[in-house]
Amino acid sequence: MNLALLIPEITLAVFAVLVILLDLGVRQKTVLRSVALAGLVIAGGVTAAMWGGSYPAQFSNMLAVDHFALFFKLLFAGIAFLVILASADYVDKFARFQGEYYALILLSTLGMMLMAATADLISLYIALELTSISLYVLVGFLKDRKSTEASLKYLLLGAIASAVLLYGMALIFGYTGQTQLGAIARAIQSMPPSAVMDSPALLMGIVMLIAGFGFKIAAVPFQMWVPDVYEGAPTPVTAYLSVGSKAAGFAIILRVFFSAFGMPDWLSANWGAIFAVLAVISMIVGNVAAIPQANIKRLLGYSSIAQAGYLMVGLATFGFAPASSVLGQSGILFFLASYALTNLGAFIAVIAISNKIGSDEIADFAGMFKRAPVLALALTFCLVSLIGMPPAAGFMAKFYIFSAAAQNGLLWLVVIAAINSVISAYYYLRVVKVMWSGEAASGEKVPSSGAPRLALFICCLGVLLLGVIPGLVMRLAEVAGRLFAF
Amino acid sequence: MGLAAAYWIMAVVAVLAALGVVFLRNVFRAALSLVLCFITVAGLYITLSADFLAAVQILVYVGAISVLIILAVMMTREVQQGSPANRLKIPAFIVAAVVLGIMIYTVTATSWQVASAAPLAPTTVPLAGKLFSESGFILPVEIAAMLILAAILGAIVIAREK
Repeated sequence: MNLALLIPEITLAVFAVLVILLDLGVRQKTVLRSVALAGLVIAGGVTAAMWGGSYPAQFSNMLAVDHFALFFKLLFAGIAFLVILASADYVDKFARFQGEYYALILLSTLGMMLMAATADLISLYIALELTSISLYVLVGFLKDRKSTEASLKYLLLGAIASAVLLYGMALIFGYTGQTQLGAIARAIQSMPPSAVMDSPALLMGIVMLIAGFGFKIAAVPFQMWVPDVYEGAPTPVTAYLSVGSKAAGFAIILRVFFSAFGMPDWLSANWGAIFAVLAVISMIVGNVAAIPQANIKRLLGYSSIAQAGYLMVGLATFGFAPASSVLGQSGILFFLASYALTNLGAFIAVIAISNKIGSDEIADFAGMFKRAPVLALALTFCLVSLIGMPPAAGFMAKFYIFSAAAQNGLLWLVVIAAINSVISAYYYLRVVKVMWSGEAASGEKVPSSGAPRLALFICCLGVLLLGVIPGLVMRLAEVAGRLFAF
Repeated sequence: MGLAAAYWIMAVVAVLAALGVVFLRNVFRAALSLVLCFITVAGLYITLSADFLAAVQILVYVGAISVLIILAVMMTREVQQGSPANRLKIPAFIVAAVVLGIMIYTVTATSWQVASAAPLAPTTVPLAGKLFSESGFILPVEIAAMLILAAILGAIVIAREK
């Protein structure tokens, strides 16, 4: 065991405790923010420094230290960094709990990092619970009626999803006798194919895993928690949920399904077909339900369901051609990175605007171009990226995923996804239209403070860079997407 | 033979107690029925030679969680009225029945792997070795520590006035 390979995780745990301890004595609470940010920078920096090396799996193959895990660790550290920057003004709404807020964000980031790295069903489950429990609490931080309701709803539905997930894991463990992903794969491959096909336990287990993970990534039909939770939660937490939790869910799905169920081909085609169906209904339900929304947080909630649908087109590709679809896997990683920047950017602009005007209703955003030109421009750019139009990152992200799908015989899925992109343009552009042409309720300017502005700048710059020179991140994603098997 | 008889008796009682949790209108009686269910499940673990699991089941579920539930019931007003009527009774019954059918089919139609080695008895010492050794499950145990920290923070946030 080499604890040096765990430095990113240990750093986050130490800094989470440090934030709580400092909270006792420090009067100036912005110190806590700086400490939390410092922890994320160190964790991210160490992760980046580890890039390029090859490290053995730790804890008897329970924890992988591969490029896939490093890619996601870096992504999660970046997401948490931006979320904390964006919360700078928002935390005044729960001034008494700032220490707990930052500590819980660090702990859930720790959970997500472990989710991306773990290669064993048991540690995977506990890492997932660490993430979830931190998020349940973060959702309820406002302690008002909506926030509490959202938190309770998230907790109850999340508990059911966890139960289904555990049942699935129990079936898979019972069938193969293993919890380590590689060992599960070996157990399945050592059985005669006819025996595997005749026993429903494995397929049932896989279906239940998909249901449990589907809750995390907010895929239809496991999405019913999304609108209420997104609306009720503090907006920075909503932003964090919509990108962090989703990316962690996809990280787990990629690793589990590739490492454990990637072979034989008929098995992966089976779960690929399930993901194809889920992709179709997620895209359609997400996009159609987003059209009538009047609240920007609910709108972005439904949009995140649709985005999960596009991502699952990548998963379906991955299932139908796991051996040859390096583009499919790295496409998903690229999409997640670009989606994280884009959606965070959109949410940070929303936070900055609605914190000042005191409303999340789209109608109240009218004439925002005159009141806050920079924020309106940034939000417009992020929405354009969510549609998937050049030169924003969303275009390249969709291009990679859809072209991989088309190359692997899923043209019908690409056609449905393209139609959905057109539908989505309608409601994204409606927000843009309200901001640019609507009559402002007052001529008053909407000022924003430094930290969120910095976060917004980073997001928009990232979206632009990923859209114009995608090769840089794509190369990282290719390295990260290739490994797995052990 | 005696073990099998004990297994089946406890299995039947566990299922009946679980049904009682759902069907009893009085919340307090439902809670007591849940305690009975927990105890019989602990008994099932013993018949399956999982002695450590049985002890944990008694300590955590029968002990702590039952007391917590009963305390919560006592602190809740209008317990006497019982749980409210549910309009979704029939759809819920249908869904539950379908799930039950699928699970019974899954469990009976699968040819399960059976370990060739006899079960360990007692299990506590080997389990400790498994849990706390480097080649065992020390990583999930450590993550669980962070999970409990997060849960404590959550409890503080929920319980304290804003």
